[in-house]
Amino acid sequence: MARIDVNHIRHSYLQNPRTDADFALKEVHHTFEDGGAYALLGPSGCGKTTLLNIISGLLHPSHGQLLFNGRNVTNLSTQERNIAQVFQFPVIYDTMTVYDNLAFPLRNRGVPEADVDRKVRETLEMTGLADMAKRKARGLTADQKQKISLGRGLVRSDVNAILFDEPLTVIDPHMKWMLRSQLKQLHRRFGYTMVYVTHDQTEALTFADRVVVMYDGEIVQIGTPAELFERPRHTFVGYFIGSPGMNVMPVAIDGKTARLGSQQIELPGVPKAGGGAIELGIRPEYVRLGSQGMAVRISKVEDVGRHKVVRANLEGREIAAVIGEDETVPADPKVRFDPAGINIYADSWRVEMGA
Amino acid sequence: MEKTWNNRAWFLVLPVLLLVAFSAVIPLMTVVNYSVQDTFGNNVFFWAGTEWFEELLASSRFWRAMIRNLVFSFIILAIEVPLGIFIALNMPKKGWGVPVCLVLMALPLLIPWNVVGTIWQVFGRNDIGLLGYYVNALGIDYNYVQDPYDAWVTVIIMDVWHWTSLVVLLCYAGLVSIPDAFYQAAKIDGASRWAVFRYIQLPKMNRVLLIAVLLRFMDSFMIYTEPFVVTGGGPGNSTTFLSIDLVKTALGQFDLGPAAAMSLVYFLIVLLLSWVFYTVMTNYDAER
Repeated sequence: MARIDVNHIRHSYLQNPRTDADFALKEVHHTFEDGGAYALLGPSGCGKTTLLNIISGLLHPSHGQLLFNGRNVTNLSTQERNIAQVFQFPVIYDTMTVYDNLAFPLRNRGVPEADVDRKVRETLEMTGLADMAKRKARGLTADQKQKISLGRGLVRSDVNAILFDEPLTVIDPHMKWMLRSQLKQLHRRFGYTMVYVTHDQTEALTFADRVVVMYDGEIVQIGTPAELFERPRHTFVGYFIGSPGMNVMPVAIDGKTARLGSQQIELPGVPKAGGGAIELGIRPEYVRLGSQGMAVRISKVEDVGRHKVVRANLEGREIAAVIGEDETVPADPKVRFDPAGINIYADSWRVEMGA
Repeated sequence: MEKTWNNRAWFLVLPVLLLVAFSAVIPLMTVVNYSVQDTFGNNVFFWAGTEWFEELLASSRFWRAMIRNLVFSFIILAIEVPLGIFIALNMPKKGWGVPVCLVLMALPLLIPWNVVGTIWQVFGRNDIGLLGYYVNALGIDYNYVQDPYDAWVTVIIMDVWHWTSLVVLLCYAGLVSIPDAFYQAAKIDGASRWAVFRYIQLPKMNRVLLIAVLLRFMDSFMIYTEPFVVTGGGPGNSTTFLSIDLVKTALGQFDLGPAAAMSLVYFLIVLLLSWVFYTVMTNYDAER
């Protein structure tokens, strides 16, 4: 197990990157604490897999350093870094049995056969593959194959970290849930440092203690699931996390009030905003629909089961509100913003509000 | 739902049936017809029964050609398959080197067979041939016209030059279809270069290798043009392979009956050996 320091790492896939846009990773500076369960969350192409491959050593960063427990490993090979990584699509050695697949990483490292056997049996139990140990790995289902891939990551107990690159993409929804909770259990039991890449917010929020949200080659926020939900540091985090995402609308600030068109919105404090484009962000969960407040025109009500999503038009802008399953939409609908859920953004970044 | 039975659907296969009949079945039947008769020309035929077959199977000339041919096929497979895999493994996977290598590899395959024979016939001559002249100049006594051993070496090198590309291209196609994640996982698992080859690359090349071995076996077992152009089957009969022997019998001596019997036996052997190869290799594949 190790603490992983990503020290001002930048990476470009081009030979001679010139502008910032040439970098797949703009600049990442972050510490993954020993024994932490992290999720790297972001849309496709935001650089999360690049970062993961830099940590495992499959890629060499253009700039910056990588430290494991304070030791510089930037120039070490994947094997020397002693990392386990599980890929998006199952990688299995089809000509081997399930048992041999799991034994492969150990045998390659010259582990004595008795230890191999003990470790492999443990891992077979852990992943629920024990009854198919003697079978050829080919011809298994996708989720069994992916369990083998996971197992090959877990079989080495001395690894510095286990990295997951969207490992559950090919798995059926209910299997996904099971595997995810198994991983979480393993993490609790053995305290591996785990980094889990995903573009699925549910997966990230349920797996990780801390979620690292990436956007366009940068880390935009690191926090617990609750922090990401309540206080998105960047409007992107607001959009990306939550369903539906945060409502963001341009406003003008005047002391403790924000002006949106002809409407005045009371703020919980005075934003310490500099210049730039000012926006107000509020999650649909904090938009109260009732008979008081700002007049809206309802365009659609979606019943999504446990609650309803109301799409409405406020001052010419689309906003979403979440109401309870049993609540009804009033005849003359008006909305209020709960001050607790209001965030103010300047040039897309959140600004603090004073008293 | 009830299946509709309509025998008129057979008319749909009729065109193919006719085509195959004219291109394969009817010529083959002609050969069968010749193989059981004797003729002295003028379209006069006498019933010969199994006489030609008995004669053929008892003929040491036939068996010697057969053994020569089997040895030849074995040698070229033993060289071309490993060499082809080796070259394919070392070909670039991306960049400008890919088209260059592919074109270079395809070139020998594009040359007409008798031209290949002519190239090597001239190349190996020790008066004006680049190869023959310099090998002799180095003090090695090389003369494919007179020495059976040299004739064999020439014919084998020629075949390797001509056909290794086929194995290379097939293997290369198998190799480039392997996703990067496999190599990355192998790195993570600490696999050696040999283990990557043994457990990732070889299994993925399995199918194309089967095709390569089958094609190369059948082709080499039926080889005619190139050795005929280079050595004419000589010196003596040392490079007279089955097809050369067959043509000598049929056209050289105009013994239609024995030649037809030989064609049939030859055909059955190719069929049988191909089937054996195929079964052995697919079974091996299924077992793993």
